[in-house]
Amino acid sequence: MRLTSIGILFVAVLTAGAVEAASDAKVPFASTYQTLRSQPTLIRNAVVLDGTGQRLDGADVLMRDGKIVAVGRTLDAAGATVVDGTGKWVTPGLIDVHSHLGVYASPGVEAHSDGNEATDPVTAGVWAEHGVWPQDPGFATALAGGVTTLQILPGSANLIGGRGVTLRNVPATTYQAMKFPGAPQGLKMACGENPKRVYGGEGRAPSTRMGNVAGYRQAFADAQDYQASLKKYAEELAAFEKRKSKDKSAEPPTPPKRDLRLETLVAAMQGEVQVHIHCYRADEMAVMLDIAREFGFHIAAFHHGVEAYKIADRLAQENVCGALWADWWGFKMEAYDGIGENLAFVDHAQNSCAIVHSDSAEGIQRLNQEAAKAMARGRAAGLEIPPERAVRWITANAAKALGIADRVGTLEPGRIADVVIWDREPFSVYAHAEQVYIDGALQFDRRVPASVPRSDFLLGQPSGGVR
Amino acid sequence: MKTRLLILAGTLACGMAPLASAQSVLIRGAKVHTVTERGTLENADVLINDGRIVEVGRNLVAGPGTSVVEARGRPLTPGLFGGITGLGIQEVSLESSTVDNSPVSGDARKAGPPLPRPEFDVTPAFNPDSMVIGVNRVDGITSAMVAPGGSAGAGIIAGQGAVARLDGRVDAFVRGSRSLFVDLGSDAAGGSGRGRAAQFMLLDQAVREARPPKPMMERDYQLLTASGRETLATYLNGGRVVFDVNRAADIRQVLQLAARTGLKPVIVGGAQAPQVASLLASARVPVFIDPLENLPESFDQMNVSLENAARLNKAGVEVSFTNLNDGTHNARKVRQAAGVAVANGMPWDAALAALTANPARAFGLGTEYGRIAKGYVADLVLWSGDPLEVTTLAEQVWIDGRAQSMRSRQTELRDRYRPR
Repeated sequence: MRLTSIGILFVAVLTAGAVEAASDAKVPFASTYQTLRSQPTLIRNAVVLDGTGQRLDGADVLMRDGKIVAVGRTLDAAGATVVDGTGKWVTPGLIDVHSHLGVYASPGVEAHSDGNEATDPVTAGVWAEHGVWPQDPGFATALAGGVTTLQILPGSANLIGGRGVTLRNVPATTYQAMKFPGAPQGLKMACGENPKRVYGGEGRAPSTRMGNVAGYRQAFADAQDYQASLKKYAEELAAFEKRKSKDKSAEPPTPPKRDLRLETLVAAMQGEVQVHIHCYRADEMAVMLDIAREFGFHIAAFHHGVEAYKIADRLAQENVCGALWADWWGFKMEAYDGIGENLAFVDHAQNSCAIVHSDSAEGIQRLNQEAAKAMARGRAAGLEIPPERAVRWITANAAKALGIADRVGTLEPGRIADVVIWDREPFSVYAHAEQVYIDGALQFDRRVPASVPRSDFLLGQPSGGVR
Repeated sequence: MKTRLLILAGTLACGMAPLASAQSVLIRGAKVHTVTERGTLENADVLINDGRIVEVGRNLVAGPGTSVVEARGRPLTPGLFGGITGLGIQEVSLESSTVDNSPVSGDARKAGPPLPRPEFDVTPAFNPDSMVIGVNRVDGITSAMVAPGGSAGAGIIAGQGAVARLDGRVDAFVRGSRSLFVDLGSDAAGGSGRGRAAQFMLLDQAVREARPPKPMMERDYQLLTASGRETLATYLNGGRVVFDVNRAADIRQVLQLAARTGLKPVIVGGAQAPQVASLLASARVPVFIDPLENLPESFDQMNVSLENAARLNKAGVEVSFTNLNDGTHNARKVRQAAGVAVANGMPWDAALAALTANPARAFGLGTEYGRIAKGYVADLVLWSGDPLEVTTLAEQVWIDGRAQSMRSRQTELRDRYRPR
């Protein structure tokens, strides 16, 4: 996060202005998420991968009031429900930083195509959350794969596609009831082939990578102007407030016309939203890093990044995560250089932040297997990657990219008690998430079919899904 | 410029073509998954001569000139079948200049629903040097169905394909594997420009033109070209037709069509196949599924489940696996899918068969491919561990008894950028 002094001032003014304008709605589309009710639970005698890089054998995990209380040997149950973890493995709840569940929901009918506002290359004013259909059956299958938190992003048709939203993976009738309280929104941008194909194909800009870059820069340049006008207004307003008691004839300044598009980009420059960029090629990631420097925003993560391994050190130095696949490649030119060692090589750099992401309703169900494939490739290439390190790719590092690392992603005391009990080492094709806890509450139990959330859409339909 | 880049890539792939041309090989001390009634043989030897397996057993003796490979207990399986793929006819999926899977491409697709062209055949377009093949081969894929591209512009009859050996040979297609591909159901509607009822109408009309009940005038042939009629007629005479279809009711229609016409159906997709499993089993219709599918991508797939593989297998259906998501570049993912099928109730041996013996038999190659048994073609893979486990890697691949190079364009990139 990069909060400039201008930014801090701006935030303060905007908040005050918003309160003045609409006193009861200080945040639009506020989260209505209710922490799940739970009973104290102690998982006894498991192999615990805590997400901080530690592995504890024969350890206990104590959850109370929705939070992790302790991880250690022979903890005092103190009235908690005890779950036998013998032979099981425990990890933090998995986090996917790149999902289109809800915005490209199943069934994939035309009416469910809500992920790309492909009508203009810069649609920074749209929010993915407004396209999320909470009844997408894919949320439940992701839960069965151990996913407790996920970011829903707009697609990659546009240079700047709009805002992403981070959700808790709980069944709900509205997305607001899934919205992770206090999690920053994301900003989705896209490099390379997609934007130029979508718009170039229509005979409009961008039709080249040159056009792409000009498009991002003009948008952010416009946002700088907007930011300046907001700052000027804030200063005038402050002067007016100071003067109005003495000078009855003082006129309040006129606020600039609100621009939802530029508002999002200003928020990015002020570090209030996490910037996520769909980008495959190493050279294009370097271009985006230069653009970020020019306009003073930080890139939280490059997504897909099939060539991230070519600039692994640079990404780590710039504190940028690589949200990657294990083995998707070649379906388009910019994905031609994909290798199975990508995650492992990106992870190997000092202070790296490698993430397994899905971008797929199938992949999100087995992030553990995707991590396992990458781990195996890395090991075969001579890198040492123990399970306690690889688990960070699907937990703590993902939390970092989403700006929620102080809340989820590890089993440190005080973190939200999102926990998965695996029936064996999770980095195996045969592993199942046996139990999934959210807020310390048992949300999924593989041995109890009725515990699988069933979306309204599936009612009265032949059953399938997890089972 | 584009062309030059492609040629470069081709050259690179050539450099990775088969290594040795050993005539006789003894693989000693392997955990041999035979995919036969013999099951799995611990600490067994496999003797190969002139590309065929000549003996499977204990304490086999290497004759003079035989190269010996010590397996040290590692698992040996038949070479894996990559499923229904675009291997060799698709280098970069979104670059139409590198894609040869459809009779129409690019702007021609906008011209309206194309007419069925059963005579369309992808095999002459096959590029044995495709870099994509090498990437999959080093992961244990030794053969695959090379199929036309389905409904994307091709109409309901997509054309013909065949099973290719993936060792870079020019004459790659296996005799007897030729198949016709037909795409039906809601996902075919877009490509054909027609709904389901019209698809069956067109299919009936095509059959009638290929095998008219009474002599017809040339002007009565509205759908197929003369060549198309000839082609389709050969398939109606006991040929193999692969139907990409998901809904149970549509599968029933296909089975009826098969009974009416004499074609031999194969089902791909088969999301609702468990509902008609007994029909499929008794008619011995092979079914290719993707065991990773468990969400209703369309209304045709309403109850698709991770347990489909286990259910079909239990009902006696001959199940094979294919990657329906990216069956070309990531054809290799069928191995992970097989593991997932096992994790969801399919017996391990059945899952391996779904990658080997079953697809071979489905495409008419069951007596020569897909098993480790005397007389079978020596397409083999030696693995670092459980062949269905995601952390296992292929250590050595043989095709026709020849050790294949374990390098690909991806290993070249890996080695160039390996952290030091």
